[in-house]
Amino acid sequence: MNSETQTHIEASRGFGGMQVRSDAALSMKNRIEIRNLDFFYGPTLPKALKGISLNFPDRQVTGMIGPSGCGKSTLLRVMNRMYSLYPGQRAEGEVLLDGENLLDPQMDLNELRSKVGMVFQKPTPFPMTIYENIAFGVRLHEKLSKAEMDQRVEWALTRAAIWNEVKDRLQASAMGLSGGQQQRLCIARTIAVRPEVILFDEPTSALDPISTLKIEELIDELKRDFTIAIVTHNMQQAARCADQVAFFYLGELVEVAPAAAMFTAPKHPKTQEYITGRFG
Amino acid sequence: MSSTTFDIATAPAKDPATARALGRRRRMVDRLIRWACIGSTIIGLIFLASILVTLIYRGFAALDLTVLTREFEPTTYGDPDAPRGGLAHAIIGSLIQTSIATAVGTPVGLLVGTYLAEYARGSKLGEAVRFVSDVLLSAPSILIGLFIYQMVVLPMGGFSGLAGALALAIIVIPVVVRTTEDMLTLIPNTLREAVVALGAPKWKMITLVTWRAALSGIVTGVLLAFARIAGETAPLLLTSFGNSITSWDLSRSMSSLPIAIYQQANSGFPDLIDIAWAGALLVTLGVLSVNVVARVLLRKRK
Amino acid sequence: MQQTVTSPRSSGAFGDKIFEWLCRGAGLLVLALLGAIILTLFVGGLPAFREFGLPFLWSTDWNPVEGRESYGAAVPVLGTIITAILAILIAVPAAFGIAFYLTELAPEWIRGPVGTAIELLAAIPSIIFGMWGLFVLVPIIQNYIQLPFGEILGAIPLIGFIFDSNNFAGTSLFAAAVVLAIMILPFIAATMRDVFLTVPAVYKESAYGLGCTRWEVMNKVVIPYTRVSVVGGIMLGLGRALGETMAVTFVIGNANRIATSIFDPSTTIASVVAMEFPESLMGSLKQSSLLALGFLLFVISFIVLATSRWLLRSRLK
Repeated sequence: MNSETQTHIEASRGFGGMQVRSDAALSMKNRIEIRNLDFFYGPTLPKALKGISLNFPDRQVTGMIGPSGCGKSTLLRVMNRMYSLYPGQRAEGEVLLDGENLLDPQMDLNELRSKVGMVFQKPTPFPMTIYENIAFGVRLHEKLSKAEMDQRVEWALTRAAIWNEVKDRLQASAMGLSGGQQQRLCIARTIAVRPEVILFDEPTSALDPISTLKIEELIDELKRDFTIAIVTHNMQQAARCADQVAFFYLGELVEVAPAAAMFTAPKHPKTQEYITGRFG
Repeated sequence: MSSTTFDIATAPAKDPATARALGRRRRMVDRLIRWACIGSTIIGLIFLASILVTLIYRGFAALDLTVLTREFEPTTYGDPDAPRGGLAHAIIGSLIQTSIATAVGTPVGLLVGTYLAEYARGSKLGEAVRFVSDVLLSAPSILIGLFIYQMVVLPMGGFSGLAGALALAIIVIPVVVRTTEDMLTLIPNTLREAVVALGAPKWKMITLVTWRAALSGIVTGVLLAFARIAGETAPLLLTSFGNSITSWDLSRSMSSLPIAIYQQANSGFPDLIDIAWAGALLVTLGVLSVNVVARVLLRKRK
Repeated sequence: MQQTVTSPRSSGAFGDKIFEWLCRGAGLLVLALLGAIILTLFVGGLPAFREFGLPFLWSTDWNPVEGRESYGAAVPVLGTIITAILAILIAVPAAFGIAFYLTELAPEWIRGPVGTAIELLAAIPSIIFGMWGLFVLVPIIQNYIQLPFGEILGAIPLIGFIFDSNNFAGTSLFAAAVVLAIMILPFIAATMRDVFLTVPAVYKESAYGLGCTRWEVMNKVVIPYTRVSVVGGIMLGLGRALGETMAVTFVIGNANRIATSIFDPSTTIASVVAMEFPESLMGSLKQSSLLALGFLLFVISFIVLATSRWLLRSRLK
């Protein structure tokens, strides 16, 4: 792989990712299927998610929108079992990843997380070099030679569209990068593990508009290889990035539709109110 | 698009067997360390429990009214009819010295803490004062004993309760400084601005409003300082030295609980050692209950 | 009339000046206090420094017989450093285990109570630790630890002598180090726990999100983030161990000779000052030597404490 090609892609893609997507070719295969999911933050707390059923088609971007506290981030944290870190939080129902229920208590969480990666709201570079940030996750799951690792690091950084900016300072601390670069580094770190699904939790809410644009283009590019779920507050972002959009309200899934349909002709009155900015 | 170069296929396929083998090893390391941590927590707690249990067991066995009301008596070893001694002189001496020390140290500490929080934010002098106060907070207390010995005991020509109280006062100051500054910095600037906007001078703003707003925190600091000096032994060895009878005279040597415990525990006589355990229990109970009160005060604040 | 109108204002400004200077004066007093402590110890120790010169630092003499008086700092200085470092070596791994357990591993209902218990234990006066050491730990060392250790580890070539001792009283460097370790354990554990808790959850989550185990998150993310503060906390514990008097005096045996084994009795600066100073004659050479030792202890602990404050500065602000 070479960086020139990458530059070329970046240049030629232009602002293509900006339009509302209208992919007719929604693939039939679902990477993740959620069935009747309930979620509780504590034994005495009310349900945070109520009977959610939602499919994530393979190699497509599913955008999740809704007002704060509607449960969209909660759903994301169920899909890689992040909630299991916190005692008392509990999910009921089924979340099938390639047909396997990942809510199963026997599930190997480390392996699950190598299949379902996550990018967070704020960039979270680890306090090590840029190279180590990428290699760190790979080493958890694979045994690679030095050359293979170099290759993998370059591959991941290239895919995350940051290779050109960091290739001369791979041994510098990742903390010295700008916010937008840090976030792309985190994306590179996630894809380096080569998951099947990537969860984005408001990945641009802490970034400036230009960095935001770069990340959005990147998401569009990444969906060729990964199934993507993105939570966003920003409706334009959902319109630009997502193939299908799910609208959540008060812990319930109100409506799910292809992006074009959702933003032009929402079926549910609540959805309409939200996307026209009457609340949220 | 030429981006096929970057297709996932270009990277070697993930080997599930390697991943699983790695996973097994990583989980094993994780489990080993987890058990090591649980083990060290348990061992740590066992040691600390052993201290408390010994203290309670031997302390309560020896604790009675005699201990609280009588002064020091030599050992009854080999002479069962001899009167048993107690720690009354030490309790009184401790109360006198710690009270004076708190009374002297608190105002100074309060003023320094106020200076750091209200006047010296970002100033070089403030930095220096904060640093020195923090160093004093953890400085070996026996050195403070040596200092007071040179400054007070030598000129006065002998050990004295006053010297003991002054040594303890020096220990009180940095504790009160720390909590006062912490508590004052927690107070929102809007409150200060509101008071100044009424036309109040700064000193009235501080004494009438900010101190009052931080009161429970400051009291916590004073309590913690009191608890800290109640158990101090080393500096008193070099300043008030100890006394076997009750003394109310600040210019003469004076006993204190920690010193009495130290001397009787090292006497080698079982009956005196028992009295030392009773004293140790008293000191610990006192220190811990003051700490608990301080914590409750602090929690209420939050 | 005009007087009555202006006077409250001017008194406000005047009061402000007085109050500010009162506060600043108190601050200056604290600075002066530290200066005075250094100066007093140095001036007090000056006769000894003059009498013995630089060799005072490495002389092992401690001879109070009149006419042949000779004092050296080597034994207590070595004892101070050895006990403190041994104590840190014992306490830090245990404290780390406790802090890791309390922040990442323990169930919620254990964290609060155990955390509070450990903080309260840090408040117990050191004399209690000393008494416990003398009456509980020393007999255990004497009866169960010293002999087997001496026999098994004493056979190791080259370093075996460290564990082999002819002293069977149980009071020793080792006993002092263990008591010190137990004393500073709650303190270091509580500091580490507080430091670990400052790492934002999202950093830990993103490591878990890559598939890390809890230990990997601790090792690769939490520790690198908090390394400086953790070292600062350990230095603070070391500062305490160096200057501790009572917990050590009870169990170290107070012998002024160079220990070849960790089971030999020895002494520390704080301990020798506590034992000998109250009985020394005012203005004697012995008293001056003890003050000189105090000055050395001050220098050592000042360096350690200042380093620790510097390392912890980001957390303390």
